Amino acid sequence: MTVIEAPAPAGRAGTVNRLLDRHASALPSAAAVVILLLLLAGAQAYFGNFVTPRVLSALLLDNAYLVILAVGMTMVILTGGIDLSVGSVLAFTGILGARMLAGGTSPLLVVAVMVLGGAAIGLMIGVLVQYFDVQPFIASLAGLFLARGLAFVVSLQSVKVTSPGILWLQSTRFQAGDWYVTPTGLLALAVLLIGAFTLAYTRFGRTVYAIGGDEQSARLMGLDVARTRVLVYVVSGVCSGLGGLVLTAYSGAGYPRNGIGTELDVIAAVVIGGTLLSGGVGYVLGSLVGVLVYGTIKTIISFKGAEQSWTQITIGMLLLVFIVVQQVIVVRSARRR
Amino acid sequence: MALGGELVLQDVDFRLLPGEIHSLMGENGAGKSTLVKAVTGALPLAAGVMTLDGRPRTFRSPQQAQQAGISAVYQEIDLLPNLTVAENICLGREPRRFGLVDWRAMRERAREALDTLGVGIDVTSRLGTHSLAVQQLVAIARAVSADVRVLVLDEPTSSLDADECAELFRVVRQFRSRGAAVLFVSHFLEQVYDLCDRVTVLRDGRFVGEYLTRELLRRDLVQAMLGDRHIPRRMAPALRVAGPQEPPWLSVRGLVVPGVAGADLDLLPGEVLGVAGLLGSGRSELARAVTGVDRVLDGTLQVRGEERSFTGPREAMALGVVYSSENRRTEGIIGDLSVLDNITLALQAEQGVLRRLPEERRRELAASWVEALGIRPADLDRPAGTLSGGNQQKVLLARLLALAPRVLVLDEPTRGIDVGSKVEVQNLVRELADNGVAVMFISVELDEVLRVGNRVAILQSGRVLETLAAEDLTVDSLTALVTGADEVDG
Amino acid sequence: MAGVVRHRLFWPVVSLLALVVVNAAARPGFVRVTVRDGHLYGALVDILRQSAPLMMVALGMTLVIATRGIDLSVGAVMAVSGAVALTLIDRSADPGAVGTVLVAIAAGVGIGVVLGMWNGFLVTVLRVQPIVATLVLMLAGRGVALLVTGGFITTVTSPPLKFVASGYVFGLPFALWLSATAVAVVAVVQRRTALGLLTEAVGINPEASRLAGVRSRGIVFTAYVASGGLAGLAGILYSSNIMAADANAAGEFIELYAIVAVVLGRTSLLGGKFSIAGTAVGVLVIQTLQSTVLFLGVPSAQSPVFFAFVVAVVVLVQSPQLHRRLGRLSRRHRGPAPATAQQPARDMEVSA
Repeated sequence: MTVIEAPAPAGRAGTVNRLLDRHASALPSAAAVVILLLLLAGAQAYFGNFVTPRVLSALLLDNAYLVILAVGMTMVILTGGIDLSVGSVLAFTGILGARMLAGGTSPLLVVAVMVLGGAAIGLMIGVLVQYFDVQPFIASLAGLFLARGLAFVVSLQSVKVTSPGILWLQSTRFQAGDWYVTPTGLLALAVLLIGAFTLAYTRFGRTVYAIGGDEQSARLMGLDVARTRVLVYVVSGVCSGLGGLVLTAYSGAGYPRNGIGTELDVIAAVVIGGTLLSGGVGYVLGSLVGVLVYGTIKTIISFKGAEQSWTQITIGMLLLVFIVVQQVIVVRSARRR
Repeated sequence: MALGGELVLQDVDFRLLPGEIHSLMGENGAGKSTLVKAVTGALPLAAGVMTLDGRPRTFRSPQQAQQAGISAVYQEIDLLPNLTVAENICLGREPRRFGLVDWRAMRERAREALDTLGVGIDVTSRLGTHSLAVQQLVAIARAVSADVRVLVLDEPTSSLDADECAELFRVVRQFRSRGAAVLFVSHFLEQVYDLCDRVTVLRDGRFVGEYLTRELLRRDLVQAMLGDRHIPRRMAPALRVAGPQEPPWLSVRGLVVPGVAGADLDLLPGEVLGVAGLLGSGRSELARAVTGVDRVLDGTLQVRGEERSFTGPREAMALGVVYSSENRRTEGIIGDLSVLDNITLALQAEQGVLRRLPEERRRELAASWVEALGIRPADLDRPAGTLSGGNQQKVLLARLLALAPRVLVLDEPTRGIDVGSKVEVQNLVRELADNGVAVMFISVELDEVLRVGNRVAILQSGRVLETLAAEDLTVDSLTALVTGADEVDG
Repeated sequence: MAGVVRHRLFWPVVSLLALVVVNAAARPGFVRVTVRDGHLYGALVDILRQSAPLMMVALGMTLVIATRGIDLSVGAVMAVSGAVALTLIDRSADPGAVGTVLVAIAAGVGIGVVLGMWNGFLVTVLRVQPIVATLVLMLAGRGVALLVTGGFITTVTSPPLKFVASGYVFGLPFALWLSATAVAVVAVVQRRTALGLLTEAVGINPEASRLAGVRSRGIVFTAYVASGGLAGLAGILYSSNIMAADANAAGEFIELYAIVAVVLGRTSLLGGKFSIAGTAVGVLVIQTLQSTVLFLGVPSAQSPVFFAFVVAVVVLVQSPQLHRRLGRLSRRHRGPAPATAQQPARDMEVSA
């Protein structure tokens, strides 16, 4: 009987190549981890008091809403789509929640409305993309405009939040030595873990990857492409709603200009975390690393007391480095075929 | 078991019996793909009945057809390069525990499926890292891993070499002996006669007839497929072997690119050099390297005795060396552009951006090529993507011929086109050579290589083994050479 | 009639006319044009004048989108261009001199071209996806603009600069002349040279175009450079309008409006066939709508809601899926149509 084997190049270079091939999809995420460690080590060497429990705990606290948004965005990008609406939805649900709380609505109901509001806008985007063949870029652009406008319809000014239930999310600190974590941080970690688990172990998750690989093939394999794609945008909307909750708790107010440009930060973090914008390759945990890289750079710049405009420039440059590295990997694996 | 009924393709009756391998034959556009899609649930029936095990069934999706035991492998590999081999085999009916994907069971099932095909690859590797042939086998493993009663193979062999084909056929026969029904669609008459028990012929979306393969003469089969149209006769090549005094138009020595390990080749004016080699012998890589499409790593290349190195297809074109890719759809035709724009594109590109060809001149030129090559429909403003495969190929040739090339490199110019167009393209190639063009003609169909070529270059593992006169070769002897005596399985 | 309806620009033009008619009905003053000092004034003239920056940006965006790309950095480029130009004027000895302003404009457009080259380099040489490649500059560009202006809003007093956005020539706003010239130049260059055909070829099938000998890199590169240069000019127009360089507000969301304009003009985001005239109509639709929203007394911060509906309606009207669904509905209404039953099969075959 003929046995067909994938040709195995001999020698050490061959082993390295094979390893690279096997784990090519995880390589960008690994690179992100290395960058994060280098950043932390560099900052520690420079400032001397950077890698401390306090700073690292604050890193998660300050970027909890970004982590949540990144989970939804990762799923959308894995399907080969994009969601530009996250920043606006964050603002809309945040101001809506703040306004309702000010009106005396119970916090639990408010949280439900925020999540459902995000889900509704996500559903709209998903339906446009799936059932009307609208490009994700344009459909989520409509979502961006809608949510931003609605945020200003709810209120033109910022609305202070006094509800103890919501503020508890931010003010409570579970401490272990100098380490601490807030309920918002725990919420972010929970969303992250649920996201990672869903992607790896459910049919929904594998369908997300399949759609990003080749939608037509996914359909022929009998996977439910339509439902999954709509659901992905709904998930991203829900994440934006939760992000709005966390940000409102964090800043103690809803503000209709919140989150302008946040979609770009999130996309940048997801890409730095190793997810390919063309879809089909990437990890939620990588996106966490991407957000932490983003947060670390921001912290370093404020430690240094430099202009925050440097954050934008540095993130831009880092994004550039990452995509070039990804490019090399993509070209390499394309050449192998 | 019987699948029958009046399909949208006008009164097509088709039945598939258990324990048989049944071939569906017809020219391009005869409706084979449509029938296959209808059977596999990818296309809903507009009218008519389909019965499975004597009961009427309708499939609204490929999933429903799969659940009923109908699996399909398509010509274009419909898998997911970004996922693992195991997922590609099992996804859609993956084993689950407590509603979650059971990765271990999935790997095991995938390994079993591959074992029955004799494929020993790592099921946790990503599909995209494997060659097209292996991917095709994975697709087949996917099809057979389910509880399959009807297996549909739509042009499964187009990317397989002889060994892999033989292996596939063994599995298909094994399938038949288990009582399954196999629907086999292929352009290769050889394979149909080798493998199939019965043949159903379609023409222009209509049912022509159903025949037992062993009772059907090849000539009659072709007749049935073509109808009243011209029946191809064996082409006698005008053997005008170039004299030694004529220098080669194109000559390469020690050419190295990925996939080609030091190839030597001469293309003489007025000859067709057939290139025969298995998949992975470097035939396409060679073609791409000599036409500037891929960067050459090492070796020398001479055009009319002068040493050259191309930095891209543009430079090669400027010297009269042109290339037609085997991937017509992705690397040839520009689907949304009109036939007119497609034909004049290369000429315009050569002229440069600033020197636009006048509209009348372009129309005149394109119209003359449409007529000369018999492109149908003869509508210059129709998007080229809506033409049939054969006519797209002719548009592509017209684009290249408009440049008045000296060296024409054709990679699989007849792949996936109907018998009629095939013969026309072959005739055209001969005519060009008779007019002094040097043609390199690559084809997996060895009889075609022999029919069109004056000489045949035999490729093996990225080297030109030898170059022989076509008249000294037969399909059998060429097959032996191409396969190579020293090429042991494994 | 059917031919008119099926024309690519039918729906864009109809929506523009509908907007104008609705406005005219709501406020008769809308269509009135008055002549004062030999200059034309009126709501329509204002719309044309204010549309100039978006027109420039959308023109460049059309070319980039035709090559299968997208340029997210246009807003950031506008910010950088304005910052550079106004900083030059601010620091010059004579901010009011025509020469100074011309140099500043040249510098602003020049930096736009350079940034366009940078985008083009990333896309064509490093082969980075356009959306990511231009995202880099979109993120970093505003930071650069802030560094140039030192984090402040630079304001200047310079009559020649003021003239660019507010001056009149031959009775019409100078900005309108500028944008009309830009449209004309781009349209003529695309149709009188082979650039249009080759751009479409590259947009539809890059690899096939390369094999046909098209210098696709050059063509794609040109598109990004054009987009950068036009965004640079738009940045000057914006700064001239407010007589200040505002690194944060300059060109905010303009990339999104430009993309909407291009899509309104029926150029597919997937690249290939494009229409300059369509984009021009799209820009006017957006500008007219903005004027309408302001007239309705809606706070401008809330106007995005309207744009969301416009985008949704436009993409739905253009969606082939919706047409298919509506077609199926009306057919069901009239009963089965046997003659069309064969059509799907034929279509499948062609695409197969």
